[in-house]
Amino acid sequence: MANILVVAEHDNATLKPATLNAVTAAGTIGGDIHVLVAGKGAQAAAEAASKVAGVAKVLLADDSAYEHQLPEDVAPLVVATAKGGYGHVLAGATSVGKNLAPRVAALLDVAAISDITGVVSADTFERPIYAGNAIATVQSKDAVKVVTVRTTAFETAAATGGSASVEPVSGAGAAGLSRFVSAELTKSERPELTAARVVVSGGRGMQSGENFPLLEALADKLGAAVGASRAAVDAGFVPNDYQVGQTGKIVAPELYIAVGISGAIQHLAGMKDSKVIVAINKDEEAPIFQVADYGLVADLFKAVPELEQAL
Amino acid sequence: MRILVPVKRVVDYNVKIRVKADGSGVETANVKMSMNPFDEIAVEEAVRLKEAGKASEIVAVSVGPAQAQETLRTALAMGADRAILVQTDAETQPLAVAKVLKALVEKEGPQLVILGKQAIDDDCNQTGQMLAALLGWGQGTFASKVVPGEGSVAVTREIDGGLETVDLTLPAIVTADLRLNEPRYASLPNIMKAKKKPLETVTPDSLGVDVAPRLTTLTVVEPARRKAGVKVADVATLVDKLKTEARVI
Ligand SMILES: Cc1cc2nc3c(=O)[nH]c(=O)nc-3n(C[C@H](O)[C@H](O)[C@H](O)COP(=O)(O)OP(=O)(O)OC[C@H]3O[C@@H](n4cnc5c(N)ncnc54)[C@H](O)[C@@H]3O)c2cc1C
Ligand SMILES: Nc1ncnc2c1ncn2[C@@H]1O[C@H](COP(=O)(O)O)[C@@H](O)[C@H]1O
Repeated sequence: MANILVVAEHDNATLKPATLNAVTAAGTIGGDIHVLVAGKGAQAAAEAASKVAGVAKVLLADDSAYEHQLPEDVAPLVVATAKGGYGHVLAGATSVGKNLAPRVAALLDVAAISDITGVVSADTFERPIYAGNAIATVQSKDAVKVVTVRTTAFETAAATGGSASVEPVSGAGAAGLSRFVSAELTKSERPELTAARVVVSGGRGMQSGENFPLLEALADKLGAAVGASRAAVDAGFVPNDYQVGQTGKIVAPELYIAVGISGAIQHLAGMKDSKVIVAINKDEEAPIFQVADYGLVADLFKAVPELEQAL
Repeated sequence: MRILVPVKRVVDYNVKIRVKADGSGVETANVKMSMNPFDEIAVEEAVRLKEAGKASEIVAVSVGPAQAQETLRTALAMGADRAILVQTDAETQPLAVAKVLKALVEKEGPQLVILGKQAIDDDCNQTGQMLAALLGWGQGTFASKVVPGEGSVAVTREIDGGLETVDLTLPAIVTADLRLNEPRYASLPNIMKAKKKPLETVTPDSLGVDVAPRLTTLTVVEPARRKAGVKVADVATLVDKLKTEARVI
């Protein structure tokens, strides 16, 4: 059985959790799991990868060209590595994985399989289409399967317990097509949206960004992350990376609390696999109530502070 | 510079889709079709670049059935100068579309190709990245800002943790995210004018591209439905249910 290459997502120092979900997906396919870490000064990330349960080998490409993991530079490295005998290349379906995987696939002249939610067999996968309103089972006969993994559909692999070797590898370095200029990362003390156990999201019903502290207070009581609908983001209430939905982030926490969100299909696509859904909306006909386990028809400006107090 | 904008004809985003009973796919007969929303944003961005004097000509392209002409007419009404339909009744998968687009890029010589980040039917989010790979160009995906400069373009991208800006050597690929702009509605006079703009039809064969799908869809089914929930009378009941019934707090 051919080996599986998982492309690690990391910030050179630490491994991002999406890598752990991809390792779990790889484990359900079968074959040795190797993790490729491309970065600059990324020894720590490589060591973290070597401890992940189920990982047989870590390949570390340490080069200043890979510092920001630009796809123009990293894709040729992944392709050259994959050609060394891998049947699958996996990455998390995150903004990094989605940017990279199709570039790798096209260079290998194979299809890419986006956002899988299930592994049927080594060449057959389930993936949502039409904003999750249908699930397609697709089969690839290509020599290499290039796949991104929906993180909410696979458990995270244990971060400890493994003892893989770390081997240095090298690639062609900078392709000279792109240059990293800057990053503006949203700072937050709260858990990361896609990894949080509880998510509290606000929609247009919040009326303005000034009202979001209401939700933040509730989130802090619950140790929750704060999310939003597209309408709330478009209106500038909160930063873009708060958006939950078909074209934003996919979340599946234990508890999702939707506040002043109507429940458009594009929003539901991003949260309807949450374990328990609570909706607070003053319109009893709002479609969000069709997916909510517990619906509270109320004015959010009264209900949210009350809920916060009651916890 | 010339800008190429690929636009896909998809089931309108307001339609509640139906999975066919035989599990072969999603019902598309007699369903409202529209331009993929992200492609409207891509067209709008190209038109704004032209209005700002940064682009000279906008060519809209669609790969699909004869009816995709309507989608191209919409792009022309929004401000594209001419259109190319690459006509095929085959299912158009991203790798095949990228190969068709590469052939057209080689013919048309654009400096910038602006695609949507994702088609809302297949939800693939692949074509732009694949085209960039095939051409050996840089890619500014999930763009919320595009600023062309001398020989390069600065693209601000929506990433999971916030925003990232990259500078790409031209020619380059951009894929549009939701907040790049708000697309205009085509005015009636522009819709009339669009009818006279050139729309050329070619075939994948004439471009020397094999569009046969690589992925076989075995089945399409409806997702598992959630169990119907309950309405609670007040906050106290809600807290109680979350504690004792759902046990999530
Ligand atoms: C291509 C495309 C992609 C999209 N992707 C996404 C996506 O990823 N994520 C996403 O969220 N959307 C997405 N959308 C947008 C989506 O279609 C909806 O427009 C959006 O989700 C609506 O946001 P909302 O529920 O906050 O606003 P609205 O639909 O306006 O709902 C506001 C709700 O607040 C309630 N409300 C108002 N005041 C109060 C109050 N005082 N107390 C209690 N309740 C109150 C109202 O009853 C209403 O139900 C996308 C759309 C398109 C076309
Ligand atoms: N058949 C097609 N014709 C024209 N453009 C397409 C087609 N399929 C995909 N695209 C372009 O590629 C983008 C991403 O599509 P996808 O990779 O399928 O999610 C779309 O927003 C379009 O700009």
